[in-house]
Amino acid sequence: MSTDLNKKLEKDVVIEKLTVGTELPQRQHTATNVSLFMYNAAVWNHHRIHYDETYTTQVEGHPAIVIDGPLQGDWLSQAALNWAGAQGSVTSFGYSNRKASYLGEVLTSGGSVSAIDVPKRRVELTLFIKNEAGEVVTPGTASVSFK
Amino acid sequence: MGLLTSEHLASIGVAEPSIDVEISRRDIQKYAAATEQQQHRYIQGDEAPPMFIFNLFSPISALADMRTDGIARSKVAGPKLPLKRIMAGGTQINQHRPIKPGDRLIGTRKITDMYEKQGSTGPLIFTVRSLAITNAQGELVLEEIQTSIAR
Repeated sequence: MSTDLNKKLEKDVVIEKLTVGTELPQRQHTATNVSLFMYNAAVWNHHRIHYDETYTTQVEGHPAIVIDGPLQGDWLSQAALNWAGAQGSVTSFGYSNRKASYLGEVLTSGGSVSAIDVPKRRVELTLFIKNEAGEVVTPGTASVSFK
Repeated sequence: MGLLTSEHLASIGVAEPSIDVEISRRDIQKYAAATEQQQHRYIQGDEAPPMFIFNLFSPISALADMRTDGIARSKVAGPKLPLKRIMAGGTQINQHRPIKPGDRLIGTRKITDMYEKQGSTGPLIFTVRSLAITNAQGELVLEEIQTSIAR
């Protein structure tokens, strides 16, 4: 990754200047056969719906290879981690896989500030993974503590 | 619906055997590459992203132990579910300490809830598992609540 991008990621969030509704940067995620292989190898997940198209469509009845729910959870967590940068610590986060997403879909991660507690140096975030139709397929939340 | 038996419900609260894992920098680097992490600390393997722990404390099963769907027969403790098609349902993570290469972690999982719902395409069984991860000093590192859905 370029130094410029890391500088951008490490840009401090100034909690006193935040307002509820402040949007986090959005990022597009396009899973491929290769990226899903890499992910499922890394987490040692051998469930066939993530790499065997014939089995996935003909036996389990999905329209295509399924993008892992936890991978979407990771992308969602990155929205919070990258926004929080070096000064913030994501102490908790959660998400719910509401609708399956499939290979070929372009997903978008993002979110916004939902609550700010300046004395406690704490910010609550509402997060999402959306599909190309704009549907939130994976909603989530995160709590960030700042130094 | 009545798909869950008393045997299923009796598995709630029973802890599975703990699993010890030594955290490897190279494994963090692989995970970071696969998930397109953007922070140097993850890409270089200095620290693990929080979702790195997904599946980290599941038993490693022999190839001969795999079901047709690729999920290990022995992966899930307790009685078998009557619905076999498994999907991820969601996760809640509370992180207390960073995970770094060289850490020796102990993960203990247990089922905390099982319930049924009627989905648009048929019955669903939700299984909720907790995972508590401690370090070699016995300090709590991370807690996870994970839901899987059988349909």
